[in-house]
Amino acid sequence: MTTTFRALLGATALCAAGSVAAAQDPVTLTIATVNNGDMIRMQQMTGAFTEANPNITLEWVTLEENVLRERVTTDIATNGGQYDVLTIGTYEVPIWAAQEWLTPLSDLPEDYDVDDLVPAVRDALSVDDTLYAAPFYAESAMVMYRTDLAEAAGVTISDNPTWTEITAAAEAMTDRDAEIYGICLRGKPGWGENMAFLTAMSNSYGARWFDTEWTPQFDSPEWQATLTDYLTLMNEYGPPGASSNGFNENLSLFQQGKCGMWIDATVAASFVTDPEDSTVADSVGFAQFPNKDGVDNHGNWLWAWNLAIPASSQKQDAAKAFVAWATSKEYTDMVAEAEGWRAAPPGTRTSLYENPAYQEAAPFAAMTLESINAAETQKASVQDIPYTGGQFVAIPEFQGIGTQVGQTFSAALAGQMSAEDALAAAQSTTAREMARAGYPK
Amino acid sequence: MATRQTQSLARLMRAPAIILLLIWMVVPLAMTLYYSFLNYNLLNPAVTSWAGWFNYQYFVTDPAFMAAIVNTLVLVLGVLAITVIGGIAIALLIDKPIWGQGIVRILIISPFFVMPPVAALIWKNMIMHPSYGVFADIARFLGLQPVDWFAQYPLTSIVIIVAWQWLPFATLILLTALQSLDGEQMEAAEMDGAGSVSRFIHLTLPHMARAITVVILIQTIFLLGIYAEILVTTNGGPGNASTNLTYLIYRAARLNFDIGGAAAGGIIAVILANLVAIFLMRAVGKNLD
Repeated sequence: MTTTFRALLGATALCAAGSVAAAQDPVTLTIATVNNGDMIRMQQMTGAFTEANPNITLEWVTLEENVLRERVTTDIATNGGQYDVLTIGTYEVPIWAAQEWLTPLSDLPEDYDVDDLVPAVRDALSVDDTLYAAPFYAESAMVMYRTDLAEAAGVTISDNPTWTEITAAAEAMTDRDAEIYGICLRGKPGWGENMAFLTAMSNSYGARWFDTEWTPQFDSPEWQATLTDYLTLMNEYGPPGASSNGFNENLSLFQQGKCGMWIDATVAASFVTDPEDSTVADSVGFAQFPNKDGVDNHGNWLWAWNLAIPASSQKQDAAKAFVAWATSKEYTDMVAEAEGWRAAPPGTRTSLYENPAYQEAAPFAAMTLESINAAETQKASVQDIPYTGGQFVAIPEFQGIGTQVGQTFSAALAGQMSAEDALAAAQSTTAREMARAGYPK
Repeated sequence: MATRQTQSLARLMRAPAIILLLIWMVVPLAMTLYYSFLNYNLLNPAVTSWAGWFNYQYFVTDPAFMAAIVNTLVLVLGVLAITVIGGIAIALLIDKPIWGQGIVRILIISPFFVMPPVAALIWKNMIMHPSYGVFADIARFLGLQPVDWFAQYPLTSIVIIVAWQWLPFATLILLTALQSLDGEQMEAAEMDGAGSVSRFIHLTLPHMARAITVVILIQTIFLLGIYAEILVTTNGGPGNASTNLTYLIYRAARLNFDIGGAAAGGIIAVILANLVAIFLMRAVGKNLD
């Protein structure tokens, strides 16, 4: 045995010992997550993961959507390194990946089966064919309505309703004395709150945020029609306090039987049909996101809440193990076993929609997949647009602009300004911010 | 008498504290000043350049800026009016010997110990909510339409919440002043035939002047920076209806991630706050001499 060989052998042994030690080093992962039902359920299910990985401890930072976004963005942009796993949306993934803030997920375990991810979702999370985040659940938007109220009011809602149909149904179902409101929609300001809905609605009206020169289009007749109709729907048939209702507030109103219809994320379907939480579980029907008569565009959005690992995390391997576990087929099976198939995280895996047990347990499965597949994030409006994204505009400046415009529209909803004034204010704020950001680029 | 040596020794020994205090204050201020002249957005940290006065110009020409100044003043003055007048009234009431005085006093003071975001959440979801709130229940009981407080009266709602929190502080300070009022003087005035109103105006109020000044000065400092209550309840809206200067800066920094603009806003706020402080010290601070 030569000295070199011995040295090599020694080094190999040391490395092996080192990696064994590393694998057993206790690691604490700090996971930032959003406070919605699916994520809370995930926290409760992590016992299986920590049992299989006794060296990994999980620490949760659970926050409301807007707060999560602020915290996570600040942390990653300043290289703070506070979190090892981030919950981020489809909006952030491509922008952050381009900034090299995220770790590419190119080496996930073999049995993870990347090809099983729904193609639209996988595309949205990839930059140059590299996956930068793993989808936990994905959603589009659709109409959820009370079949019993519709029947009592003598209205039918077709699978592909128009806004005229929706307005008529809302009017028929409203019974203010009984605290039943024909329609519940988002009114809480925020680019991911009321503006997600209003942008999708505007797409279904044939409107667009910007023309091909990046000039804001709030002065267009299409936006005028969108906002006027939205305000009419909400003022005439909506619940009180609508200007502070977001996804969670509307979910709770619908579950308590106060809404005739609710147009929002498909992911809500499993919560409104859950007999434990929803008083109206057995009488919920589903329909596609409406379109305006004569506009062939349903305004479907595409959103996924995803788990990503910041490039600044010092615990990449453990974080990857966790991300792969939480977004795996096994996790879906586990949720199904514990809480039934209806509770399985929707929208991310093709295999779930091919599973007969899921199709049977989830009456909304077909409509959800149809909505997700129909989402055209590359061309969200029937008019020419310079941006991608369904219910958002995929530029970094959109967070700020969307929130300010959201505030303005929320003020119009609260009756503090007219639709015309709100649109004029939105136009000037957006033009001002876009000029500052140097568009067209 | 201090000799020259002891004087210089004292200076030397004081120096570390003073230097530390200077660093404590000067470093953040200098950094804010520096950032306020930069084009610096967290979402594009690579594109950072010198901006000159642009951030300042941009901040003051923001359509929300004037609204924020007006809202800040309304908030401060509204809360001050409620807490000073209410504080005097409650202090007079609980100064009288009543049964269960200790418990009443503790109950009255307790809102001050509730953290602002918690208080705001309680007011938002349990008291002022148009569907589930206590006010809505009362309105329905009386056969009225519930008021959607945060949409219809956003700034008033915030004034109410903040005043509820600061009323105990005002009451406490004013009560201590009231308790130090000389009983013999009161008796003498009564014997001279002064009625209760003129006793209050000519004796009690002048006696409380210093305490009122302290309440106004301390509260103004805190009220200029109200933020948690707005964030939790209205998010500055609807529109800019409840955006104050602090919330406008927060919006620039944390929603738009515009660090340069937010820093410029911060400097403007410091200048404005100092102007208010000078005015206050001149106008009411002379009571403290």
